Amino acid sequence: MNKFTRRSLLQGGTAAAATGLLAGSGFAGWAQALAQAAAATWKPEPGAELTLLRWKRFVQSEEDSFMALVANFTKATGVKLTVVNESLDDVQPKASVAANIGSGPDMFWGLYSLPHLFPAKVIDVTDVANYLGKKYGGWVPSAQVYGRSGGKWIAIPVGYNGNVMNYRISSMEKAGFKAFPKTTAEFLEYCKATKKNNTPGGMALGHASGDGNAWVHWCLWAFGGNLVDAKDKVIIDSPETAKSLEYAKQLYDNFIPGTASWNDAFNNKAFLAGEVHWTNNGVSIYAAAKAQKMQNIVDDMDHALWPVGPVGKPTEFHVAYPLLAMKYTKNPMACKAFMAFLMEAANYDKWLIDSVAYITHPLNAYDKNPVWTSDKKLTVARDVAKRTLTAGHLGSVGEKAASALADFIVLDMFASYVSGRETVKGAIQIADRQARRLYRR
Amino acid sequence: MTDLAVAARGARRPIRAITAWDRLKANRNWLGAWYMLPAAAFLVLFLAYPLLLGVWLSFTDTRIGQAGEFVGLENYEWLWGDSVFWTSVFNTLLYTGVASVVKFAVGLYLALLLNRHMPFKAIIRAVVLIPFIVPTVLSAIAFWWLYDTQFSIVSWTLRKAGLIATNINFLGDVWNARWSTIFANIWRGVPFIAITLLAGLQTISPSLYEAATIDGARPWQMFRHITYPLLTPIIAVVMTFSVLFTFTDFQLIWVLTRGGPVNATHLMATLSYQRAILGSYLGEGAAIATAMIPFLLAAILISWFGLQRRKWQQGGRDD
Repeated sequence: MNKFTRRSLLQGGTAAAATGLLAGSGFAGWAQALAQAAAATWKPEPGAELTLLRWKRFVQSEEDSFMALVANFTKATGVKLTVVNESLDDVQPKASVAANIGSGPDMFWGLYSLPHLFPAKVIDVTDVANYLGKKYGGWVPSAQVYGRSGGKWIAIPVGYNGNVMNYRISSMEKAGFKAFPKTTAEFLEYCKATKKNNTPGGMALGHASGDGNAWVHWCLWAFGGNLVDAKDKVIIDSPETAKSLEYAKQLYDNFIPGTASWNDAFNNKAFLAGEVHWTNNGVSIYAAAKAQKMQNIVDDMDHALWPVGPVGKPTEFHVAYPLLAMKYTKNPMACKAFMAFLMEAANYDKWLIDSVAYITHPLNAYDKNPVWTSDKKLTVARDVAKRTLTAGHLGSVGEKAASALADFIVLDMFASYVSGRETVKGAIQIADRQARRLYRR
Repeated sequence: MTDLAVAARGARRPIRAITAWDRLKANRNWLGAWYMLPAAAFLVLFLAYPLLLGVWLSFTDTRIGQAGEFVGLENYEWLWGDSVFWTSVFNTLLYTGVASVVKFAVGLYLALLLNRHMPFKAIIRAVVLIPFIVPTVLSAIAFWWLYDTQFSIVSWTLRKAGLIATNINFLGDVWNARWSTIFANIWRGVPFIAITLLAGLQTISPSLYEAATIDGARPWQMFRHITYPLLTPIIAVVMTFSVLFTFTDFQLIWVLTRGGPVNATHLMATLSYQRAILGSYLGEGAAIATAMIPFLLAAILISWFGLQRRKWQQGGRDD
């Protein structure tokens, strides 16, 4: 799928310093030595075997690389690690049940607030997190929110999936823009201009848990709206929310028709087919265009960070993937050893490269990873972990925030207003009522 | 020797009084009940228990992974004021009503057609079953492409033919989405009805039609006074099944729209799944599922009475 090999990256020149560590036949041996160093701190229980349930990959090369990493871990420590894949939506229910009955996979790797659903049932990984933070330039702020609860680290935020603007360069220039809009006001002009030029864009308003939630939360927060405040009190019914809805309506009126039915996959294929000229997505469209050798699209597309709204700071919402280990595991040390192993430069750098910028690191030192400079079009994804707000934003990142996302409260509020099914007031009231129920306990 | 024999006979135990248990064990009327016991245990374990558990959950605030507490009718009170829930009830009734009526009409028509003698009869009958054989998820994915806003072959054809200027927004518009999902359900459900009714048609003795022809009956009269009355029992059964399947449909909607746009195609089943499994509010999801029971019960009762009353079956009135 990807076009990166260690060789091509080496030829990139700028990347040489960082890749130098990865190159050559000494790599495996070095990884082994390093793993043994980590294993000295977290010595796996003798004869330990682990099971890890993870979200199902979106980029094949990412999974291949991860499985190679797992094999290296087994080679280095002797711990057998079985990896089970589940679709993103199914990880949370399974983890919740496992936590409650006290049996199941040793480790879960899921979405956003997963460890906060049952903070008392996961092992404390503060030592691992501190070790990694110290060694690799510290954790980004959102990683600390997702990873910590009550002063302890309850999970290792392994990575983020950046959701960025994907756009066609030629149609942007035709619309009179030299660079992708930086503010919401400019963005609306851009949206109108591209529509007029018959090169429209669009963003998902169907029940798209990734792309849909990403853009409506960006829009809500960009205008200062919020579902809850810092004390988890519902405050969605506000003039700021109304403003964000009005703005979204203007955008929607200039989208390509049909976005109300889009799920997560629609914009990918519409973009590749040249039907939409900008949308919000991971960097996977670019990877797919490369894989399918659609050179005209590869050359003519680029990525951008989200425009900033009246609040004056980025309000992006990227997906986070925390990895946790359950207290019921018989091999907590082996779990910690794996977490440390995964995040060590020798292993993580390679995995990051193979994920072709689909995954972004939570540790500052990985800013230097060659994947961010080898292709300038992927550089924007480097900063998504630093810029993202967390699920629930001002409020807690726990179960309530997760349920509000799963029940599409904010997404439906936007969809029902912009598609004309509800008034601003009506749409807000429905969301308000649903949110109050979720947050009452 | 003789004495011994007499003594032995005398020593025989007195006949024990027959207990109710003995009677039950041997009673022929109860024999049937004994044979049914394994099946009943199976039903209780795998049908009744989950059903009752679901009803019980609907009175609690259980979440996935957390035991809940009894909250009485709170879930139902909340749903009563929840516009999304009422939209889903409306959608479910519309979906079931329209799809069932059309499926019945088309299915009956197809059955009558297939009942005639024609070349390649067996092959044609087999072909009709195809939509029913294809797994729902696969046919749903096929429809997903047919209904795609950008790539729909339907839109493309009409556009090339110059009949429309822009693509049809099949799943993005509220009513378009409703009719599109209903159409997909009909396409899937017709074969089941057609083939079952065809089986019913073939049990009707040709001599009845011969007699009617001799009496000078017209085709419509033959249908009205022979076919229809004799087909009623099977219609009752097949329509009950059809209504139940349509009412509880899940896969088709989930693949096509996930309940969107703006909940316009959320059925009670999909909403229940979204709230219970994805949103982890098992209690509320169970309440939505439980709210389906009265509707399903009504459908079953109607057909049950239909089956019980012979006169009604034969096209007459009940006295």
